[in-house]
Amino acid sequence: MTKMINLTINGIAISVEQETTVLEASKKLNIKIPTLCYHKDLCVAGNCRVCVVEQIGTKKLVPSCASPVQEGMEILTNSLVVRNSRKHIIELLLSEHNADCTKCYKNGNCELQELSSEYKITNSDFIDLVPFKQYKYDDLSPSIIKDDSKCIRCQRCVRTCSEIQHLSALSVAYKGDHMKISTFAEKPLRDVVCSNCGQCVIHCPTGALVEKNYIEEVWDALGDPNKHVIVQTAPAVRVGLGEEFGTNGKGRVTGKMVTALKRLGFDAVMDTDFTADLTIMEEGTELLTRLKKAIVDKDPTVKLPLFTSCSPGWIKFIEHSHPASLGNLSSCKSPQQMFGTLAKTYYAQNRKIDAAKIVSVSIMPCTAKKFEADRPEMRNSGYKDVDYVLTTRELAIMIKQAGIRFPDLEEEKFDKLMGESTGAAVIFGATGGVMEAALRTAYEIVTGRDVPFTNLDIKPVRGFDGIKEASILIQDPLPEWGFLNGVELKCAIAHGLGNAHQLMTQIISGKSTYHFVEFMACPGGCLGGGGQPIPTSPEIRKKRMDAIYAEDASLPIRKSHENPEIIQIYNDYLGKPLGELSHKLLHTHYYPREMI
Amino acid sequence: MAKKQLRRMDLIFANDDDYVEILQRTFKSSNEDIIDEMISSGLKGRGGAGFPTGLKWKLTAESTSKKKYVICNADEGEPGTFKDREILTQVPYKVLTGMAVCAKVTGATEGFIYLRGEYKFLVPLLEKELKRFRIICKDLGLDFKVNIFLGSGAYICGEESALMESMEGKRGEPRNKPPFPTDSGYMGKPTVINNVETLAHTFTIFKYGAEKFRDLGVQDSRGSKLFSVSGDTPNPGIYELELGMTVQDFVDDFSDGDCKAVQVGGASGFLVPRKRFNETAIGYQGKLTGISLPTGGSMMLFNSSRSMYNVLNNYLEFFQEESCGQCTPCRVGCQQLVRGIDAVKRGQKPAAYLDKLLKLTDTMKVTAKCGLGQSVANSFQSIVENFREEMIY
Ligand SMILES: Cc1cc2nc3c(=O)[nH]c(=O)nc-3n(C[C@H](O)[C@H](O)[C@H](O)COP(=O)(O)O)c2cc1C
Ligand code: SF4
Ligand code: SF4
Ligand code: SF4
Ligand code: SF4
Ligand code: FES
Repeated sequence: MTKMINLTINGIAISVEQETTVLEASKKLNIKIPTLCYHKDLCVAGNCRVCVVEQIGTKKLVPSCASPVQEGMEILTNSLVVRNSRKHIIELLLSEHNADCTKCYKNGNCELQELSSEYKITNSDFIDLVPFKQYKYDDLSPSIIKDDSKCIRCQRCVRTCSEIQHLSALSVAYKGDHMKISTFAEKPLRDVVCSNCGQCVIHCPTGALVEKNYIEEVWDALGDPNKHVIVQTAPAVRVGLGEEFGTNGKGRVTGKMVTALKRLGFDAVMDTDFTADLTIMEEGTELLTRLKKAIVDKDPTVKLPLFTSCSPGWIKFIEHSHPASLGNLSSCKSPQQMFGTLAKTYYAQNRKIDAAKIVSVSIMPCTAKKFEADRPEMRNSGYKDVDYVLTTRELAIMIKQAGIRFPDLEEEKFDKLMGESTGAAVIFGATGGVMEAALRTAYEIVTGRDVPFTNLDIKPVRGFDGIKEASILIQDPLPEWGFLNGVELKCAIAHGLGNAHQLMTQIISGKSTYHFVEFMACPGGCLGGGGQPIPTSPEIRKKRMDAIYAEDASLPIRKSHENPEIIQIYNDYLGKPLGELSHKLLHTHYYPREMI
Repeated sequence: MAKKQLRRMDLIFANDDDYVEILQRTFKSSNEDIIDEMISSGLKGRGGAGFPTGLKWKLTAESTSKKKYVICNADEGEPGTFKDREILTQVPYKVLTGMAVCAKVTGATEGFIYLRGEYKFLVPLLEKELKRFRIICKDLGLDFKVNIFLGSGAYICGEESALMESMEGKRGEPRNKPPFPTDSGYMGKPTVINNVETLAHTFTIFKYGAEKFRDLGVQDSRGSKLFSVSGDTPNPGIYELELGMTVQDFVDDFSDGDCKAVQVGGASGFLVPRKRFNETAIGYQGKLTGISLPTGGSMMLFNSSRSMYNVLNNYLEFFQEESCGQCTPCRVGCQQLVRGIDAVKRGQKPAAYLDKLLKLTDTMKVTAKCGLGQSVANSFQSIVENFREEMIY
C-alpha cells in the first residue's frame, strides 16, 4: 500500500497518497488553485508561479503544482500574501502581454483572460512593456499562427513538442527579458521540422499559438450564389464538437452536426467516413499486393512493413526524420484528400456540376490537414482538391456565429453518394482504428470469414498504450490467397510522434518485424488532434474514444467493403482497388525534407 | 555585540606541501568520523547560500543510490569576483583533496569541476593535477575520476540546479526544489555540489582539525572567508578574513576615508549604509545579534561621490539580463524594476511608485523560482530604503 500523508489545506484535514502534489490534494477538497504552466499531459515546469500557496512555517511561498505533500504540512491557498503575490504575478504577465482581448482569436477561451477576469485586474499601474518589445508574428504556416505578443512563456508548447512529439520544433531562446519561444534560428514555423500537428495549439493557454482560421473564406463561399459548397466531416469531429456546446456527457453529436452544417448553408453535407472506407479498400489491397510480391514473387524491392498514410502530421514527420523509409508508406492519400479529389470528379460528374464551381470544405480534428490540403500534389482533380480545411473549433465558431442553438437541434442524415459511413470508418478517429478497420476487411477478403474476434471488436489494437502490437494467424484462406496460409500477420500501432519515433527506431534497427504499422501524429489518434476543442486531457480523450467505439457498435454496417456507396463507386466509376483511375486520383507521392 | 578585532588570515593560500600525507591520514578515519568532524567544524557553503557542508555530505552519504556525483562549482559569475580562480590557480590540490574525501565518505565515483567558460586557460593546469590525483586516489583504494566541464558563460548556470541541467545538455534553467541535489542531482542521482572555496576550507579542517577551524569566527559563522574587495578603496584585491566582523571594522581597514555605504555580497547582496556599519556583522544569519549578511565574498565600497541610483540601476540591469527568464516574478519583475526607477527619476511616476516597487520585490522574494529572482529584493530594498532621496532627485 502506498504511504498516506496527512496535511491540512485552509484548515481542512486531508490524507492523500505520497507523491500527490499540493495542487492535486487541494483539488480533492474542491479548492481551486489557479495554474498556467501546469498541464496534465506534460511534466511539471513550475515557472509561471501563479499557483503559489503559503506553507505555514516557511518563508517562501511554494508552487503547488510542483510541491509534493509532506506530513504535517499546513497550507493556505487564499491568505493575504498568497492573494497579493498572485495578483502581482498576473499583473506582471499582463504588463508583458499585448492584451487587446476584443481583437484576439482566443477571446472567450483563454486561461490568462479567465484568470485576470477572476482577479479583477482593473487598475494595474505597472509599466506597459509591450512597446519596448519587438514581438514577432508568424502567419506563414498554412496551419498555425504564432503571435509572440500573446505569449506568457509558460513553455507548455515547448514541452508538448518535445515530450509528446519528440520534435522540439519549438524551444526556448535567449535569456532574461529577451527570453522567448522560438524555432530553429527564428525561422518561420513553415520552414522548420514542425509537423503542423497543432498539439502546441491545444496546449497553449493563450492566443500565442492558434490555428490559421479560414472562417471568413468559407462564409464568403457560402454566400456566393455561383458556388456549390460541399463539406466533409472527419470521424473524430462528431465526438468532439459537442464539448464546444456543453454537451460533454452526450459524446456523439453526429446527427446534430449534420443539421448544423445544412443550416450553415452547405449545398451537400457528406462524410469523410466514406473515403475512410475507400482508404481501407485501397490500402488493404496495397498491403495484400505487397505481401504477395514479398512471399510469392520474392521481390526484394518490396517494402514491408507497410505504413499508414492518413495522418499528415506523421507524413511530414517521416519526410523530415526518416526519409529513407518513405518507400514503406502507403501511397494512399488520406481520406480527406481522397474525398477532395472525388468531390471535383466523381461527385461533380454524378451531380452534373461544373467542378470549377465546387468549393470543397472539410471539417477536421486536425491542423496538419490544412497543410496537407495545400500540398502541391493535392490537385489531381485539376483544381485544389480541398479548398478550405476548418478545425472542429472553427466549425463551432461558425455555428455560434450563425445563431444556431446546437444542443436543441434535430438530427439529420448525411447526403448520399459520399455520405454513407460504416463502423470501420468511424474508428479511424481513434488510435488503432485504421488497423482494426483494415483487418476487418483484409481478413475477410483473404479467408471469406469474419475476423476471429467477438463482435468484430479487435481489442488488442484499442486503448491508449503508446505502442500496441497485435497479430492474426491466417488459416484456411480462399484458394486465391493460398500463399498466406499459416502466415501470422503482425501489426503495430503508434500514436503521438514521440511513440512513432520510438517505433520507427525499433523497425529501422530490425528489432521488430511487422507487416503493417499504423502511425498517428496525435495522442489518442485524431480524437486527440490539434484541431479538437480546448482543453484536452487524458480524461477528455478517453471520453471521446468511448464515444467513437459506441458509434461503431451502433452502426448497422461495420466493415468498409460492405459500405453500399463503396460498392457503388467501384462499380460505377473506379473499377477496382488500385485500378488505373484509383491510381490517378487516390494515390500520391512523398518527398524527403531537411531536418531543421 | 561582542566586538572582535578583525583578523586577516592566511590559511587558504598557504602552501601545504604535505597534502598527500593529509589525504592519507584523513582516509584512515571512518566515514562517520570525517562527517562528524565536518559538522562540528561549523563550515558552511561559501557559494552564497551558506548550507552546512558536513550535513550536505551526510545527506548524500545516507542515500542508497549506487551512482553518486561530486561537483565543484567553479562558475564564479558574480561580477568583480575572482577568488575561486585564484584558489584553482594557486592551490588546486586543496580543492581536489576536498573532492576526494567527499567521494570517499559519500560513495561518489565520479566528479566534475564545472569551470566558468572564461577560465578555460586553467584547463591544462587542472588536467595535470587531475591526472596526479587519480593515481593518488587509486593508491588509497578509491576509484574516483574527476572531469572538467566548461560552462557556457551564463551567470544563472552557477545556480546548482541550472548548472546540472546545463551539464545534462539542457538549457540552464533552475529546477524545482525539492528534490534537492543531495537526493536527485546530476542525472537524477544524489550529488554533492560545493563551491571551490568551500572545498578548499575542508582541507584546513582535515589538516588542523575541526577545533581549530571553529576557533575562527563567531557563533554560527565559523572559519575564515575570502573577500573580493573593490570599489572606492585604496586596497582592492582578495583578502582572507575571519568571519563575524562588523562592517565598521571592515571599513576602517579598507575605506578611502569617505565611505558612505558598502555592498556586501555583490548584486544579490545588501547595501549597508554608514549608519548601520556598527550593527551589521558579516557572516551567516543565525545566532548573530544585529543584522548579519551572508555573502559570496564580494565587498564593494562606495564613497560620497557615487550615485546610489546608478548603483541600483546597474544591479537591476544585470538581473534583467542574467535572469534565465523562465519564471514570471523574476523575468517581468526585473523589467518593471528597471523601468520603474527610471520612470520615478524622470518624474513620469510619483515617488510613491517606489513603494509599489518595494511591494513587488516582496513578492519576487517569496515567489521566484531560484535564488537569483529571490535575492533581487536584497539590493533593491536596502538601497531604496536607505537612499530614497537619491532615487527621486
Ligand atoms: C544565480 C545564482 C548564481 C550562483 N552562482 C554560483 C557560483 O558561481 N559559484 C558557486 O559556487 N555557487 C553559486 N551559486 C550557489 C549555488 O547554487 C550553490 O548553492 C553552491 O554552489 C553550493 O555550494 P556551497 O554549499 O559550497 O556554497 C549561485 C546561486 C545562484 C542563485
Ligand atoms: S491571449 Fe487571452 S488575454 Fe491575451 S489578448 Fe488574447 S484573449 Fe486576451
Ligand atoms: S504543430 Fe506540432 S510539431 Fe509543430 S510546433 Fe506544434 S507541437 Fe511541434
Ligand atoms: S506559445 Fe503558448 S504554450 Fe507556448 S509558451 Fe507561449 S503561451 Fe505558453
Ligand atoms: S528566479 Fe529568475 S533566474 Fe531563477 S528561475 Fe526564475 S527567472 Fe530563472
Ligand atoms: S502552475 Fe504551478 S508554477 Fe505554473
